[in-house]
Amino acid sequence: MNAPTPHTVHAAQGKPAAGQPIAFVSAEALRERVHAAVNDDHLRSSFRGAMDFLMAKRAAQFPDESELVSLRSLSEAIRQYSLSKLPDLLEQLEANLTRNGVHVHWAETPDEANAIMLDIARRHQAKLIVKGKSMVSEEIEFNHAMEAAGIGALESDMGEYIVQLAGEKPSHIIMPAIHKTKEQIATLFAEKVPGVDYTDNVDALIQIGRQVLREKFEQAEIGLSGVNFAVAETGTLCLVENEGNGRMCTTVPKVHIAITGIEKVVEKLEHVAPLYSILTRSATGQAVSTYFNLISGPRKADEKDGPQEVHLVLLDNGRSQAYADEQLRKTLQCIRCGACMNHCPVYTRIGGHAYGTTYPGPIGKIVSPHMMGLEQTHLLPTLSTLCGACGEVCPVKIPIPELLVRLRGEAQSAPHANPAMVGQGAGYKPLVSFAWRMWARIYAQPGAYKAFSWLASRFRVFSPSRQSGWTVARTPLKPAPKRLRDMVRERH
Amino acid sequence: MSARDRILAKLRANAPQSPLPVPTSQLDAHYAARKRQESTLDRLARFRTGIESFHADVHVTLEESWPELLARLCAEKGVSSLLYGAATPAGERLDAAAFAAGGTTLRPWAGQVEDIKADLFHKVDAGFTQARGAIAETGTLILWPSPAEPRTLSLVPPIHFVLLDAATIHPTFFDALRAENWAGGLPTNALLISGPSKTADIQQTLAYGAHGPKELIVLVTTREGATQ
Repeated sequence: MNAPTPHTVHAAQGKPAAGQPIAFVSAEALRERVHAAVNDDHLRSSFRGAMDFLMAKRAAQFPDESELVSLRSLSEAIRQYSLSKLPDLLEQLEANLTRNGVHVHWAETPDEANAIMLDIARRHQAKLIVKGKSMVSEEIEFNHAMEAAGIGALESDMGEYIVQLAGEKPSHIIMPAIHKTKEQIATLFAEKVPGVDYTDNVDALIQIGRQVLREKFEQAEIGLSGVNFAVAETGTLCLVENEGNGRMCTTVPKVHIAITGIEKVVEKLEHVAPLYSILTRSATGQAVSTYFNLISGPRKADEKDGPQEVHLVLLDNGRSQAYADEQLRKTLQCIRCGACMNHCPVYTRIGGHAYGTTYPGPIGKIVSPHMMGLEQTHLLPTLSTLCGACGEVCPVKIPIPELLVRLRGEAQSAPHANPAMVGQGAGYKPLVSFAWRMWARIYAQPGAYKAFSWLASRFRVFSPSRQSGWTVARTPLKPAPKRLRDMVRERH
Repeated sequence: MSARDRILAKLRANAPQSPLPVPTSQLDAHYAARKRQESTLDRLARFRTGIESFHADVHVTLEESWPELLARLCAEKGVSSLLYGAATPAGERLDAAAFAAGGTTLRPWAGQVEDIKADLFHKVDAGFTQARGAIAETGTLILWPSPAEPRTLSLVPPIHFVLLDAATIHPTFFDALRAENWAGGLPTNALLISGPSKTADIQQTLAYGAHGPKELIVLVTTREGATQ
């Protein structure tokens, strides 16, 4: 499942990630990956089982349809309201965090974000950073950037720890190691964790992870976390988690760095309540997560623990491009629950790694083009049946299928000035475009259509026997020997 | 121009002329439609069902007898060292002799975390804190760590004992933060806790004691004299 030829935005910027599948694969590699994944029976059955399980768990959390309807509509309204005031809320968030003693940093690109965090790490002469779960840190290849500077960055979420140990990437945004069986994890631990014998007892495996990571929490100078919601009115960072590793990372080391996309801000603390409720239920079918942290500042003078410094890095990385367009802005409503991937027939069949992007599945197909540009991602929106399941389950009602159609259009239409997206027209082929234009013209004129269909039915023997991808698994398409109009005429 | 200014300029250039209306009425309507008429004990029962489903143990007791219950539970669980905040109303009620009888040494938190980090990670069996309140809907404890009760008390020791007054249980998270005006002043770290630390990251199999406490034991005090 590794990328055949790593070809990444970061590689292009001179940061190859040796030996690891990295954030982006080329269109050709994407085709190969999808092909390989579809033909991997083991992977298909393990994802099928996991997704069926998660769909059932989510459904069980919403026994009252009217509550779900109301909560979705409320959550959508809160997200849209927050986005409608985004620049003001970001400034308010910054002012209140600063008042609380938190250092706020802004980064337009992954490189800028990494440079900010590297600078903090160097100032504290950090050798080890323990990380809570953060997809934004995956997005910017944080681990590689730190490792290149000689600083260890250790994942502490069990799933993330497992994939890091395996030299892989998360295959799901909520359950990073969902593609692995307990036997594979048992083998991995026995090979990679010193002094550990093979055991596929899940409790024992978790205790092995606990022991290794507890030592690291104790030693690390810096803890890194993501942010689920940033509250502007109070200057508070909210963190949703089950394991307690998020609490460890944000409490035990002397420095806590949080990183988030600029879209995660909400205005009022009370806006968090419904979003948190619908997030956990949509994601893993839990009524609530074990821990919900509200972090509003570093340790105060009279406090006995907590980090002495807290930093927040606000990352753009293409989000302001999505923001600029009224329709594409809806992409930013996402609360990263992963329900869309759990319900996606394509994701279920190919798994998360096939996409080759940090965010897989339906949400990945609409956010990645903004982060990487359509040149590199124009095939992603085609990895969809447009069945609508993702849009139906989205807790904040992002019209994902509509956005996929829009992105397909942006990728395939002729390049023009002032495009809404970087890489617009990346999939444009003049010949294909010409053929469709002719098709449209013929079908718009009854006379032309009549003549065309007459010719097609009479000369059907000349239709090609190989028709691109269609004939790989199907018989060739041929016009019917008689047109419908001929058959109707004969009948009367 | 800094990254901050560039990002804000890009957003401002494309922000809607007039932001959408504040969704307060929709928020109120959603929660108002789901309000329940229930007594403290009904609420306690809902809280208990919720948190027990997350693998926590709940013991209901009277206000005057919880210290005795805590000492007994420590003895039963073989807790040899219990860390707690001494300068709290609850902490002041703990009697070292009563705990010593069961083999538990009371250890009041002293100094900064850096001074006791090694002990905290390797020698303390249990931590004791008070809850600010709880949430019935989800079976969730509300903790506001303070200088007297540091954050790691509820995080690092393998067992976490929590004292909760049943009168402080709110119907929902929304009700709690509205009723207590959390937005008017949050601590540096507020927490919602629903059960001991857990994970299902290995083949969707639930396992407890991932990084934080392996056991969460809640002592709920009531004034109505409810039984265990």
